[in-house]
Amino acid sequence: MAVSSHTGGARESTRAARFTAPLVGAHAAPFVAPALGVLCVMNVLPLLWSIGVSFFHFRADRLNTPPHFLGFANYRDLMTDPDIWEHFLNTAVMIASSVSVQLVVGALLTFLFYRPFPGRRLVLMLVLTPMLLSTVVVGTFFSLFYDPTFGIVSALVRPFTGAPFAPLGTPFSAITSLIVADAWMWSPFVMLMLLAGLEGVPAYLFEAAQIDRASTWRRFWTVVFPAIRGVLLLALLFRTIESFNMFDLIYTITNGGPGTATESVSTEIYDTAFVLFETGRASALGNLSVFVVIVLTRLYFRAIQLRREAA
Amino acid sequence: MQDEGLASMRRPAGFGRTLVATLIGLVYFFPVIWMILAAFKTRVDALATPPKLFFTPTLEHFWASFHRLSADGSQIFDTGLDRNFFNSLFISLVSVGLALALGGLAAYGFSRLRLVGRDYFMFYVLVLRMVPPITAIVPLYFLFRVTGLGGGYVAIILVYTAFNLPFAIWMLKSFLDELHRPIEEAARLDGSSDLKILWRICLPQMRAGIAATAIIAFVFTWNDFLFSLLLTSVDTRTVPVAMTRVVGADVGVDWGVFAAIGTIYLLPVLFIAFLLQGQLLRGATFGTVPR
Repeated sequence: MAVSSHTGGARESTRAARFTAPLVGAHAAPFVAPALGVLCVMNVLPLLWSIGVSFFHFRADRLNTPPHFLGFANYRDLMTDPDIWEHFLNTAVMIASSVSVQLVVGALLTFLFYRPFPGRRLVLMLVLTPMLLSTVVVGTFFSLFYDPTFGIVSALVRPFTGAPFAPLGTPFSAITSLIVADAWMWSPFVMLMLLAGLEGVPAYLFEAAQIDRASTWRRFWTVVFPAIRGVLLLALLFRTIESFNMFDLIYTITNGGPGTATESVSTEIYDTAFVLFETGRASALGNLSVFVVIVLTRLYFRAIQLRREAA
Repeated sequence: MQDEGLASMRRPAGFGRTLVATLIGLVYFFPVIWMILAAFKTRVDALATPPKLFFTPTLEHFWASFHRLSADGSQIFDTGLDRNFFNSLFISLVSVGLALALGGLAAYGFSRLRLVGRDYFMFYVLVLRMVPPITAIVPLYFLFRVTGLGGGYVAIILVYTAFNLPFAIWMLKSFLDELHRPIEEAARLDGSSDLKILWRICLPQMRAGIAATAIIAFVFTWNDFLFSLLLTSVDTRTVPVAMTRVVGADVGVDWGVFAAIGTIYLLPVLFIAFLLQGQLLRGATFGTVPR
């Protein structure tokens, strides 16, 4: 645990109460039951349903046609469909690039904003606003910025090339355009996480390093970096999972185009379920992505536990 | 406080860093400024190339967000956007409130009381928050159709409650974990029930934490698009989905109106975020980092 505000003794006693130690007192069941009940009805039940449906040929728009049992056919079709693998690859490329950009920009913003200065609260607000916007607003406005005729990107490029520029025209530039929008929106979130992580750096360590006249560079690598490594890992994993789930921005900016170049797993599920109404197949694909997310979340959970143990 | 964080001894930024930070902040804010300006521009000004920075502001888009003239211009119709705003606010407030209430109880159970397999519960609760929303929507869409709940307030509020619950549980548990225990032990010896301890002793100490949880959950819900797109009806539709109708209008995108709606929609969260900026910090990490 990264609790820094307790005194030594209290810290020991509270730490013992966490995660590992058996607790005395009443049973937790009546306290956790309402929440777990809601989660079961709204999340677990639907997931079980979708596991069931994934073995059938089933269309949610034709409720009168009885589902037709297929066994693993939906999964087999998905596994052998080259398009699906292309979309998984698209998603992976977008995640990797977007999350890297977010981490770098987030770290740079942290470097700029971790010290107090007059008006910091206000300037910080300027940077935080993107993540407070609705993704639909961000997506729609970026699609305007990317418009070849009226867009500002085209207007900036035109003087150099003499021709209108369509950022969403080629697969590479379309993916780049999406990453720019996603990173613009969520880098401040990484900054928030890192700023929160810096709060946890024990001052005495930093003080000692200052007394030792350690260089800024050395101080960073020996004191600051080890202390925020955990939160950096959290940021990496959380943003990876969220990027994996990215839907709104793709839907509003490229709608998967050009061709299927920016189609992600989420948009593929959406198309399969609500355009083609192949509910069984969509559920199978959904279950595959749930599996991926469980693995990623397991890593995230480990990262949290490591943080607690390290502190 | 003997063991304070780096925050307490941080030197103020120098002039250079202040200047660069401010400039970067303004550059970063540029697309938002663009939107706010577009809300006040006439249709011609909005699409002018090169983009106009100076123009005569107009309020017509704000008016047009809520009203529409009939074809002959004699009658004024409602666009229904006020209803969408009410829906956004009502659905967000109720579902965040429910998530806090149920999540608070669960967090107390996970933090203080006996439970076999607690780590597994906490893990799978987290998994539920991380699962792609679209995978939950496919079955929910069907289940709501079959049960007849689809399109109503109950359905969408329950969906958002369930979506916010894992986050609320994780956050509130982390705040509970940090409270000093001796007072509670004393109260327990005096015969106080757990519910009373939670309500009278724990909650008053975690006001900041509750605010942090509430604001992040509120922003998520307020801005959500996908759940609302597929699980609401005309009556319960929220603003993010209503906005896309403006984009898809038959006369092409009405950027002014879209920008006006976007601007109005941003203001409440911007205001709350400014007031509770410090709490955002904590919320960004699912409560795994101290204040």
